Parts: sequence; C-alpha cells; structure tokens
Amino acid sequence: MAVILEKNFPVEAGAFTTAGEASTTIKRTLKQLGVNAEVLRRVSVACYEVELNLVIHSLGGTLTLLVDPGKVTLISKDVGPGIPDIEKAMTEGFSTASAEARTLGFGAGMGLPNMKRNASEFDIQSEVGVGTTITMSFALT
Amino acid sequence: MEQKRFHSVRLEGDKCRGCTNCLKRCPTEAIRVRGGRAHIIDERCIDCGECIRVCSYHAKVAVTDPLSAISRFKYKIALPAPSLYGQFADLKSISQVLNGLKQMGFDDVFEVARGADVVSRAIRERLKNPDLPRPVISSACPAIVRLIQVRFPDLIDHIVDVRQPMEVAAMIARREFARAHDVNPKDVGCFFISPCPAKVTAIRNPIGHDESAVDGGISVLEIYGLLSSQIRNAPIDLTLEQASDLGVGWARSGGESIAVSPENSMAVDGIENCIRVLEEIEDNRLKGLEFFEGAACTGGCVGGPLNFENNYVARSGIRRLASRDPNPDLNVDNGMMTKYDLYDSKRIMPNSAMKLDDDLMEAMRKMERIEKIYSELPGFDCGSCGSPTCRTFAEDIVQGDATKMDCIHKMKEQLRVMAQQMVNLAQTTRE
Repeated sequence: MAVILEKNFPVEAGAFTTAGEASTTIKRTLKQLGVNAEVLRRVSVACYEVELNLVIHSLGGTLTLLVDPGKVTLISKDVGPGIPDIEKAMTEGFSTASAEARTLGFGAGMGLPNMKRNASEFDIQSEVGVGTTITMSFALT
Repeated sequence: MEQKRFHSVRLEGDKCRGCTNCLKRCPTEAIRVRGGRAHIIDERCIDCGECIRVCSYHAKVAVTDPLSAISRFKYKIALPAPSLYGQFADLKSISQVLNGLKQMGFDDVFEVARGADVVSRAIRERLKNPDLPRPVISSACPAIVRLIQVRFPDLIDHIVDVRQPMEVAAMIARREFARAHDVNPKDVGCFFISPCPAKVTAIRNPIGHDESAVDGGISVLEIYGLLSSQIRNAPIDLTLEQASDLGVGWARSGGESIAVSPENSMAVDGIENCIRVLEEIEDNRLKGLEFFEGAACTGGCVGGPLNFENNYVARSGIRRLASRDPNPDLNVDNGMMTKYDLYDSKRIMPNSAMKLDDDLMEAMRKMERIEKIYSELPGFDCGSCGSPTCRTFAEDIVQGDATKMDCIHKMKEQLRVMAQQMVNLAQTTRE
C-alpha cells in the first residue's frame, strides 16, 4: 500500500492574525520531505492564496495536505457561503473581497486564477449555502 | 563529492556550559546540546554568527586570519569593509582609516566600497532584464545566501549572480597594484578586514564561484587596537579615498538598495526578520517588489559580530561619513565592467540538510513518526533535552540522535508512574 501523509489545518474566518500559518507549516513539511524547488514554489503560491481565501471569503474551513509518492495535493474545504457563479469567480480581476481585505492588499481578483495556473490539476466545486471545495494537485515527477 | 565544509564559526568546548542560549537562536536549528556541551551540525551552519553574539561564556568563536598572515605575501593589500569606517566615533574622514591601515604594514589599501560601486552597477544592469524572477535577491550577505540554500531552496533562482564587493575589490586591487609596480600578481596578497564570520567562510568556501580572489579574512576586532593608535599619527594621503558615498553606504542596511535601485526595493536586517520576509516572497505576497536586500545582522554589516562599536553608533557614523557628495553617483569606470569576472561562474545549489531522507517514501514514514512523537511531547520548547524545540526533538528521536527520556518532563512523568508502581507493590507485598 502506498504511504500517504495527511495533515489537516483548521482555518478560521476573518482570522488575519494567524493567516498564513498553515502555509508556513505546509512549506516546512514539504521541504523536510525533499520536494523539489520548482514544485515547492508552485505549492507555496497556491497554498497561501487558498488559505487567505478561507480567511477572507469563507465562513471557516479546513486546509488539508496530502502527499503520496506521485503528487502533493491541497484540499480546501469550507462551510460556506458558496460561490454563486464559479466562472465569474475564476475570471482574472474579479473579486468580492471586503473593503477591509482590500486595505490589506488583497482583492486583486487573482487568487483563483493563480491557484489554477500553479497547480497541475485544479478542481473547484461549490454550492451556495453549503460550501466550496477546491482540490489542487502538484505532480512530483 | 563535496569537500568538507569549512566554518569560521566554531565552538570552544571547554568554555561551553551547555545552556540553551545559542540553541534557541540558531536560525537553521544547527545546534544541539549533547553531553552537556553544544555541538554545531556542520551541514546546517550558515556562519551567521548569531550564536557568537548570544553566548554568555564566549564559547562560540569566529576563526579568522591573524594579522601576521599577511607576511605570507611579498606585497600586501588591505581591503577594508566599509563598516570599518563606522568603528571610530570621532573620525573626521575615511582617509584617516585608510592611511592608518597602510601604516600597519600594508603596501596598499583598496576600499571594498569601491568594489560595491562596481557591484551596484552590475546589479543595475541585471535589473534591466525583465526575465529574472522578481524580486531579485541581493547576494551580498553570505549568511542570507546560505540561509536561502538551507531554508528557501525555491528562491535560489532569485539570487543575483553578481559577486560580492570584496571579491571584485580584490580582483581590481591585485591587478592594478601588479601593473603599477610591475610585479607578479601572485606575489600580491589581498586581505579583507571583515565585520563577520560569514564573509570569512565565503573566502574559504565561495558560493557562486570556485576560488576567491581574497587571500584571507582578518577580523575588525583583531586590528582594532593597533589601527586606533595608527589613525592618530598616520600621514594623510587623500588618493586612497575613492569610493562613492553610495559604495560606502553598503555598510548599513538599505545602502545597497539605494545604490542599486531607488524604487521598489526592500531592505531587511536581522536574520529572523529576513526569514519572515523570505516566507512572504515564497508565497508571492510581495508583488511588484523589484529588489530584496537582506542582511543577517541588525543594522546591516555595521552590526557584524566581529565589529567593535555597537551597530547604532557605527550606523550613524557611516551616515555622516557617506554624505560628502550632495548628489552621489557610483564611481565606476566603464573598463571595470568588462575587465573583471563580476558574475558567478557556477550555479548556487540547494543545501539539503533539512531533508529527513533522500528517499521520499522513507521521509514520509519518518514524518509520520515525528508527528506521533511530537503529539506526546509537552510543547514547552524548553530546550532541556538539547534540541531547540519539541518538534526538532521529535525529529532528532526519529533520526536516531536522541531518545524520549532526554525530555526531562517525560522523565518526570515516567518517574511518577514508577513511584506509584513501587507504592502499589509495597502495599501488595505487605498483606
């Protein structure tokens, strides 16, 4: 059976003080596993974007890191509010970030497109009132 | 095969008390206390000198060249780091330091700040290339470059491939001296007057090229006393002072950024601060940033652990001395840009010292065991076990370098259980 490493990180809505901590731990883990620099950089960028999305846009959720011999997978699963129009949300420059988030430098509308660009595979599922799940994988070979 | 690593930073075992000061401060978790004494893990040490600064017992030292080392050469040139100028509070001009140095037995003095002038120009050229990953990261502080090799391997491509000012200064100084005096360049020894162990290590083990043009590194502290007295009675030859204010400004944090790219640059000093910002660069959070200048020491090179004066005094001294020109520009003649090897000749490689195992599967198994052990540890990060944090302790156990009972809290717990068992045993045998 393949060895799989799993780590879960709860991410609170609006918790800017701890925003980015999950990403830092995930990066450290991947460096210790010896994941190569090119993959590491792409995971770092996507991971921080997705973590910040949980903080800024969601009602809270969990970030999960999975590593198996072939790939690194990041899963972001939140408990709402859900995205009404995924196609629009995936458009570069589109953002629903609050004024508060914008003053912090977020809300350029590049989050989801950036994640997609950096991941080998990208999937987003969302239902209004239920939540959003983003699955990104990064091939290791 | 990689040759055995040379480190300027060393431990003097008999002075070490095995406390946790250095253990807790090492930015690459390279120190362990075992058998009551600190040990430095060679592969991880980046020679930043943090441990030298915090050791109360002066057990951490920097190995540098003694002044007598210059006698190996027929002709000797001193290459003072610009931070040296900040070491004398009542200094009126940079020429005083340069002439004082010459008086100490050097045939010539060549300012490393002049090397910084040339390097600044070379970096300006590099920044014109839009294809270089942004932000471009300064290569000036060898401790930061090594930090990136160990902890941020994915940012290596950002490091600018321009050599350090001391290297460029040594190349120019040697060639110019040999030509002017019609001597063999091999007979000319170039000695860097260093504020830090990281640069001394970089002379023995250069990072982006094979051999250093510098022949030795003498610490500021080694020459401070003698130089102080020479400064007072040295004749003043004003031709030695040639570097621009911008070149001299490299001595303090932010000086390089000013010299290289006045806009969209960021200067960070102190190694922990640098780590925080490098994390952000890694996450692509600093969009639009063109240039990142990181210095391991607080204040920049003026804060180097081998300096005499405190970094705040030195910093303001530098600011005063580097304000000779109301509109400073780099002092570089065009020939210098083509005549010398200003650029790295080999790629900087990641340092895999943080890796748990070469085999990914095995590394994942180890990671799982680490998580399990870590979850059972108290999480005090007290360092009593000899590892800097509970997490590194868990890693050390898995790597076979520690055992669970090295944790005094675990040990106490175990003793309590055993004591209870004894009591129980005593009670049952009495009946």
